[in-house]
Amino acid sequence: MKGSVISVLVVFALVAQDRLAGGLEHRSYDYTKYHTMDEISAWMNQMERENPDVVSSMIYGQTYENRNITLLKIGFNSTTPKKAIWMDCGIHAREWIAPAFCQHFVKEILGSYKTDSKVNKMFKNLDFYITPVLNMDGYIYSWRDNTTRLWRKSRSPGTGNCTCFGTDPNSNFYANWGMVGNSRNCCSDLYNGPTALSEPETKAVTDFLGAHQNQLLCYLTVHSFGQLILVPYGHPNISAPNYDELMEVGLAAAKAITAVHGKSYKVGTPPDVLYANSGSSRDFARLIGIPYSFTFELRDEGKYGFILPEDQIQPACEEAYQGAMSIINYVHDKNFKSAAITVTATLWTTLTALWISSANVF
Amino acid sequence: MLSVIHTHLESVSSRLCYATVLRFINSSSSGPRSSPERIMKAFCSLWLLLSLVELSPAPPASQEPPLVCRGATDPAPPQPETQEDMASTGDLEPTHFPARRAAQVALHHLNTLHGSPFRVFGLQQVHKASAEDVAAGGRKYSLDFSVTDWASGSAGPALRCSAEVMFPRTQQHSGPEVQLRCEALQQVSSTAEEHAFYQKYVTPDSAVSAQHLPDSYGNMSEDMQPFWRLARVAASFIMLRESSENTEFNMVQVASITQQESSEKQLMLDYVVLLHDLPSQEIVQWKLLVSWSPDRGVRVLQTEWQPRCPHATKPPN
Repeated sequence: MKGSVISVLVVFALVAQDRLAGGLEHRSYDYTKYHTMDEISAWMNQMERENPDVVSSMIYGQTYENRNITLLKIGFNSTTPKKAIWMDCGIHAREWIAPAFCQHFVKEILGSYKTDSKVNKMFKNLDFYITPVLNMDGYIYSWRDNTTRLWRKSRSPGTGNCTCFGTDPNSNFYANWGMVGNSRNCCSDLYNGPTALSEPETKAVTDFLGAHQNQLLCYLTVHSFGQLILVPYGHPNISAPNYDELMEVGLAAAKAITAVHGKSYKVGTPPDVLYANSGSSRDFARLIGIPYSFTFELRDEGKYGFILPEDQIQPACEEAYQGAMSIINYVHDKNFKSAAITVTATLWTTLTALWISSANVF
Repeated sequence: MLSVIHTHLESVSSRLCYATVLRFINSSSSGPRSSPERIMKAFCSLWLLLSLVELSPAPPASQEPPLVCRGATDPAPPQPETQEDMASTGDLEPTHFPARRAAQVALHHLNTLHGSPFRVFGLQQVHKASAEDVAAGGRKYSLDFSVTDWASGSAGPALRCSAEVMFPRTQQHSGPEVQLRCEALQQVSSTAEEHAFYQKYVTPDSAVSAQHLPDSYGNMSEDMQPFWRLARVAASFIMLRESSENTEFNMVQVASITQQESSEKQLMLDYVVLLHDLPSQEIVQWKLLVSWSPDRGVRVLQTEWQPRCPHATKPPN
């Protein structure tokens, strides 16, 4: 009797220790496996605890089922507001590789900012706002059992006569809402909601982007599948004013991706390379003036689709990281003249001044 | 039974415990990965047992999946939309979706002819494409593209193909017509692997049965790969038949496979496959009766579209 009580207590103690570590075995997180929402939340806490100088978390809304939508703010502290990069993953529940990528991205920048001068400069000049799982309700639902794995939408109940759940959050933004490529059938995976911004998740993003409009330089939203980099807009008759530049930046990112593992990513607007649609977060970001707004559709091209094998998580994230960094580097360098350029400019100005003054003497 | 356990687990245990046990149930082939997880598993199993012994009430009826679907089921298989004809005639951009969709259709056709448990072709790249309107309102695509065999992995060579894909535009949907030529296609040679696989499973006492290939994590044992490929080839018959310029199908998952008694020396398999259509983002479920042998190739004998529920429906109040 005593023996079994002791063994139960030992089990409790071990489990408690395991639980305190947030289910993270031996305090090292496996970035090559898919993680539950609980594990991701615990990981976010761990990132904040282990990197207090550069990581803080912000709750910026609630999901329909009342969960706190949380982002990690990453960068050196500053007394004045800094320019910023936004990244969200997991707006569509079944696209599990996307949250995996956000976690990989955070790990990479936290692991390199001290040693990589480029990343260090980014931490100085920019803040990263990263939401690893935006549609938390949907993501949790997709983990429930084998029949829910392919859930896409939010988990708000249908309104009126509708007996189906969920709105497609990426059709629910105030960006040509309802114009093209959506469905008014509430059971459809493209149902754009009873009204624009009906979903608290899309409202949370909208409010945050609005409040940080003047800081945000770049909006990146991560999805799967298709191996695409999408530029605004989803409507075939509307062009972004900087379309040419966006295509250039996108194509450079696709090239950076291919250099890693040979995978080919296509670049274009949704009406060109995917299908026309409206109400997307990327379109909303561009419409309110965030100049560099892209959707990433990660691996693969349809062989496994949403159910990407775990042994592809690492390579998929590695290539997408290079693609994202290609864009972020471009955006950073466009807004922050590097020290080298300042030195060169000073040198040339000095030489020119000397030449002019010497010319005047003669 | 399993769903009752799941519901009960969800109500009595924490999410972490639930997720651990769920993963254990789902990945019975791969055991727990480390000792904390094993301890967690033991603890959760103990917790579950104790909670069952406590006379806990039966899960409320609203949490049981309804026996008959109530309310709306998933929409019917995507129909071609009456879409404003935005497709251009003449040369098409190879990276844009119209060329890609037509190439995928050509690939479905290729797989119906030459696919096997050890050969499934996937699109590598479209090189050139053009389209023209043809008589009776149809549209014909001319394509130059490369394909690879998924079964040979990254080591495999790319085959160059050309095809004409004609999408008829009739009142009622009828499938596209494909003419196809690929270089170096070994038409008749079935491989040693195919014969070994055939011999192993055509025996009278073979009764292969499995669910969810791959599993939720994208994992699948080596043994089941040929069955997955066979499903993918069989699915090509459906995807070909259902395709239009407004669809883009892939097979997401094999929901279930049940081997039937071999007939006329053919492997007979009952499949339920889940297809995904990109433009509508819908998941479509089909039941297929499939026969295969190295000599006769893949044949789809019966097909049945299955409505998907209950996850889309609200529980009854």
